[in-house]
Amino acid sequence: MHELGIANSVIEAVRAEALRRPGTRVRKVGLLLGELAGVDRDALTFCFDSLVQETELAGVPLETQLCRRRHRCRCCTETFVVVDYETTCPCCGSTDTGCIGGEELELSFLELEEL
Amino acid sequence: MNRVLLEDKVLKENDRIAAELRERFREHGVLCLNLISSPGAGKTSLLERTLDGFPPGRRVAVLTGDIQTDNDAARLARFGFPVRQITTGGTCHLDARMVERALADWHLPELDLLLIENVGNLVCPASYDLGEAAKIVLLSVAEGEDKPLKYPSIFFKAELLVLNKLDLLPYVSFNLASARDNARRVHPGIEILEVSCVTGQGLTHWEAWLEKRLAQVAAARAGAIA
Repeated sequence: MHELGIANSVIEAVRAEALRRPGTRVRKVGLLLGELAGVDRDALTFCFDSLVQETELAGVPLETQLCRRRHRCRCCTETFVVVDYETTCPCCGSTDTGCIGGEELELSFLELEEL
Repeated sequence: MNRVLLEDKVLKENDRIAAELRERFREHGVLCLNLISSPGAGKTSLLERTLDGFPPGRRVAVLTGDIQTDNDAARLARFGFPVRQITTGGTCHLDARMVERALADWHLPELDLLLIENVGNLVCPASYDLGEAAKIVLLSVAEGEDKPLKYPSIFFKAELLVLNKLDLLPYVSFNLASARDNARRVHPGIEILEVSCVTGQGLTHWEAWLEKRLAQVAAARAGAIA
């Protein structure tokens, strides 16, 4: 249960970005969350919503986009989503594939309103 | 409404400190390993066996993390090597800043090996880079062989899986082959060792793995100096 700490880091990152854009107010926060990040979306949203209460971010929704694990084949360069841990290339059958996505834990956008 | 696109890593402050630690370890030729498992899988026992096998004067130190108590540090200090407990007071993982603080008055040039025993937890420690050269995940046969599928993040990120408590195999319904398959489904390249910290079975392979990694760090350092 480290989502409280992660939510706190999200809020710190949002505040740092907001400070760089004076005269605006944050209305929505976008987050990319990889399935390998080891972070539970519902717990994170709950912690975020709890932490922003009675702050300037109160009521701001956290929109999380879940990112599937993606691999690239080192033989034919095909990229594909890994389903049920199947990392074999669906195109050429090679097992020589490497992970290129699914570990995301990053702020992807802010929606800002001019004050 | 104006949408600003970003690519901000949420844990960038932790990652920044971890990168600094990694650079310090590299500069001083210290192999840092981060041991992760659920509570009771045998991290402290593996460290006890490891330290017990080292000759006096071996340049090794241990950081051990727990939510409460310094029991693990007391167990490990018996072997005469520097050991420090990090008591997180509730936090379910170690982060890079805790490691940085714990190392503040340690002289890294006097070390070849730093072993970090993370808080017992298969989930949260996976998210936090500590500047280690490798994460090592332990799984005991008293747990389930499907743990890699249930907690893929740590098995994906770990370079080495140590299957521990092999001495209990006759008494539990743990399928070793299935555990190996599950770990390789999540992480096809993961190295796997099978040990018992009670009987000592398989520990020579663990020691060989450690020595191989230490030799790589020493060779890289010699190359950098030459």
